[in-house]
Amino acid sequence: MKKLEEQFFKTLMILATLLIVGSFFGIIFTILKKGLPAMNMDMITQIPQGGYYQGSKGGVLNAIAGSLFLALGASALALAASLPIVMYLNVYLKKSSVLGRITRLSFDVLFGIPSIVYGTFAFTLMIYFGNKASLLAGIITVAALVVPVMVRTMDEAFRSCPKELSDAAYSLGATRWETAKVLVLQAVSGIQTAVLLAFGRAIGDTAAVMFTAGFGDHIPSSLASPAPTLPLAIFFQLSSPSEAVQARAYASALILTFIVLVISIASRLLGKRLQKNKTRS
Amino acid sequence: MPDTRRLLKERIAGTAMLVLTAVSILLTAAIGIGLYIRSEPLLARHSLGSLLTSSVWKPMKGEFGFFPFIMGTLWVTCLALFIALPLSLLSAIYLSEYAAPRIRRMVVPIVDLLSGIPPVVYGVWGVLFVVPLIQRSAGTDVTHFTSGYSVLAGAIVLAVMIFPLLISILFEVFSGVPLEMKNASLSLGATQWQTIKFVLLKKSAPGILAATALAVSRSFGETIAVLMVCGNMPLAPHAVTDACYPLPALIANNYGEMLSVPMYDSALLFAAFILFVIIFLFNLLSRIVLARIEKNLV
Amino acid sequence: MTNTPHISVQNLNLYYGTRQALKNININIPDKKVTSFIGPSGCGKTSLLKTFNRLHDSALDVRVAGKVLVDGENIYDKQVEVTHIRKKMGLLSQRPFPLPLSIYGNVAYGPKLHGVKDKPLLDALVEQRLKEVALWDEVKDRLHTPATGLSIGQQQRLCLARGLAVEPEIILGDEPTSALDPKSTHKVEELFLELKNKYTIVLVTHILRQARRVSDYIVFVYDGQIIEFGPTEELLLNPKEELTKDYIRGFFS
Repeated sequence: MKKLEEQFFKTLMILATLLIVGSFFGIIFTILKKGLPAMNMDMITQIPQGGYYQGSKGGVLNAIAGSLFLALGASALALAASLPIVMYLNVYLKKSSVLGRITRLSFDVLFGIPSIVYGTFAFTLMIYFGNKASLLAGIITVAALVVPVMVRTMDEAFRSCPKELSDAAYSLGATRWETAKVLVLQAVSGIQTAVLLAFGRAIGDTAAVMFTAGFGDHIPSSLASPAPTLPLAIFFQLSSPSEAVQARAYASALILTFIVLVISIASRLLGKRLQKNKTRS
Repeated sequence: MPDTRRLLKERIAGTAMLVLTAVSILLTAAIGIGLYIRSEPLLARHSLGSLLTSSVWKPMKGEFGFFPFIMGTLWVTCLALFIALPLSLLSAIYLSEYAAPRIRRMVVPIVDLLSGIPPVVYGVWGVLFVVPLIQRSAGTDVTHFTSGYSVLAGAIVLAVMIFPLLISILFEVFSGVPLEMKNASLSLGATQWQTIKFVLLKKSAPGILAATALAVSRSFGETIAVLMVCGNMPLAPHAVTDACYPLPALIANNYGEMLSVPMYDSALLFAAFILFVIIFLFNLLSRIVLARIEKNLV
Repeated sequence: MTNTPHISVQNLNLYYGTRQALKNININIPDKKVTSFIGPSGCGKTSLLKTFNRLHDSALDVRVAGKVLVDGENIYDKQVEVTHIRKKMGLLSQRPFPLPLSIYGNVAYGPKLHGVKDKPLLDALVEQRLKEVALWDEVKDRLHTPATGLSIGQQQRLCLARGLAVEPEIILGDEPTSALDPKSTHKVEELFLELKNKYTIVLVTHILRQARRVSDYIVFVYDGQIIEFGPTEELLLNPKEELTKDYIRGFFS
């Protein structure tokens, strides 16, 4: 009887795991099946021509470029904001510090806030200050969205640095700032994971850029110009009644999925490389 | 004096970092307060109670009932969790307790990759696969007719989206239970399954709760993937095959347009404010509960 | 004791939260000698060592009361700038913790912090320090490879070289050989004997034989208090206190 129960649940577990793994391949399969037939060189080398959304020629190069600019800008900006925060939390503050606890709590809250709320909040600010949707506005909004992701991931990496390592730096007469820089070297693979995680989140996010980054048929030429993004391009094309345009949405989804998967796989491979200098605890 | 310069640098860096940290904390407050201020015109006109319980959504006539949208959000979130939690628990237990290292090395990266797929791609998958599947299985019976764009479609897509989140946290939680504790139970003659039931799950309760809390707040706020498959009808759903219209979808579909309609803008920001408050409270509560449970367990 | 003390501890008390880990410690550590702290584990010898370069500063819930004078200056004085205190002391921990840098980078780290920018000068410094710890011949062809590629014994000597490169006056060793094999242990002990001509060395050890081999003075710490302090042979062969006798008897009979 005991045995039977265990067997039963074990089977369920295997089925659940298969289902979850299967859903990944299911998604990839669906996107490939629908996206590949609509895929062509124009999609990735052309910007939309006149009447594109009614089925004329063109591609989504504008959105590919816009998404890459946006995700790069947002990740860089977010890194510049998060790294000092994490250094401060882990080196300048004591473990029991109240400020540290409040900060971590508020990042947990920020982490949970949906991107649509970031988007609407940013847009109300933009209306208030009279700004138009632009690449820069998108970058700032998405950066705010991914800072909590980065802080969380990097905080974990810093916390797992052995205490003896910072002691070693202190013993050599290093200041806290200099010690923090040593820990950055130690946590470098965690930092890299955080950046790639944030990049993936940034490039895939739709709700935060919907109102803030704008959309256009051209590759953004400056921070002030509107930035079309892939997720929005997919969304718009999919809403079209024309089947040809819908097919392009599938191709665009394929492109986006491809970019994201390449990044995740690259980050796994890179992560192993960067470990080499790390001091093991 | 190079030393004074170093110490100055240390001081400046410290101050700069403190300011940055403070700003980030204030951002949470700023979002909350900002959204509240902008939804105030609506709150001045209608009572909070009527806004939350009324089902009439006629912006042109100045009637804003959020009940259908709140119900839509709740239905989708609960159903998604109902699907995802048991499956993720089973799978995480399997991965941490039963699976051979070889299998684990294959499955864990796939789960990671799944978490990287952008919401809009989940949405496309939902439109292409889940929606037609629901429509077909509902059959041709007129009483059960559904377009497929429904609570269920939204919940399935969401469930798949939160699998990786749940599994990666749960896996970590289970792996964190000390081996000695499991061995103690096993050496008393318990089977592995009994050990899982009586030791592993009990010991992991706070972690399971934390994972669930994260999954809930993620589901609550997910916008685009749900919007694409749930039908977007401003009516409270009565069955899982009914269409629904969750709050994030409401905002995404309408914000920035028709700003000339009086109060419309304020109403949408109120929707964002509701989302913010619910998620804020949820996070806070789950932290408090977690701290309690952890204290009792140790 | 002999000449002027290098470190002088006066009425030092240390608390972890409400638990008192060090009780009214008074001791003078002699200049350019090896002084070893012995005692059962958890007796407070490592805590005492760490008060010397204020490493408790960053730990949570630790409170220190009393004075530690280094070269006559109270390092717990509010006015004192902590990095310059720490620079005077090199620390060797129980296990080697190389910085996440190359071999060269580890040794050059301290001098760079303290303002040495000249490349040839740094090169010479690194070479000198690595020779001082007898590591130069083993690593001179791979100076720019990660320090973690070295064996544990080599890493510990590298950490010693790294500490020496900031030209300290004092070397603090917290059971520095506990992770090493006998051969590396022997090498490190030999180094201490050579280095004591130039540096004051304070060791924490639980190996009485080691204390006997390398130290000039021994301090017996028990339950957060100093029970006995004296020249090595005298304390080991003729302990005055009962507690010391009990502890030592376990090892030498």
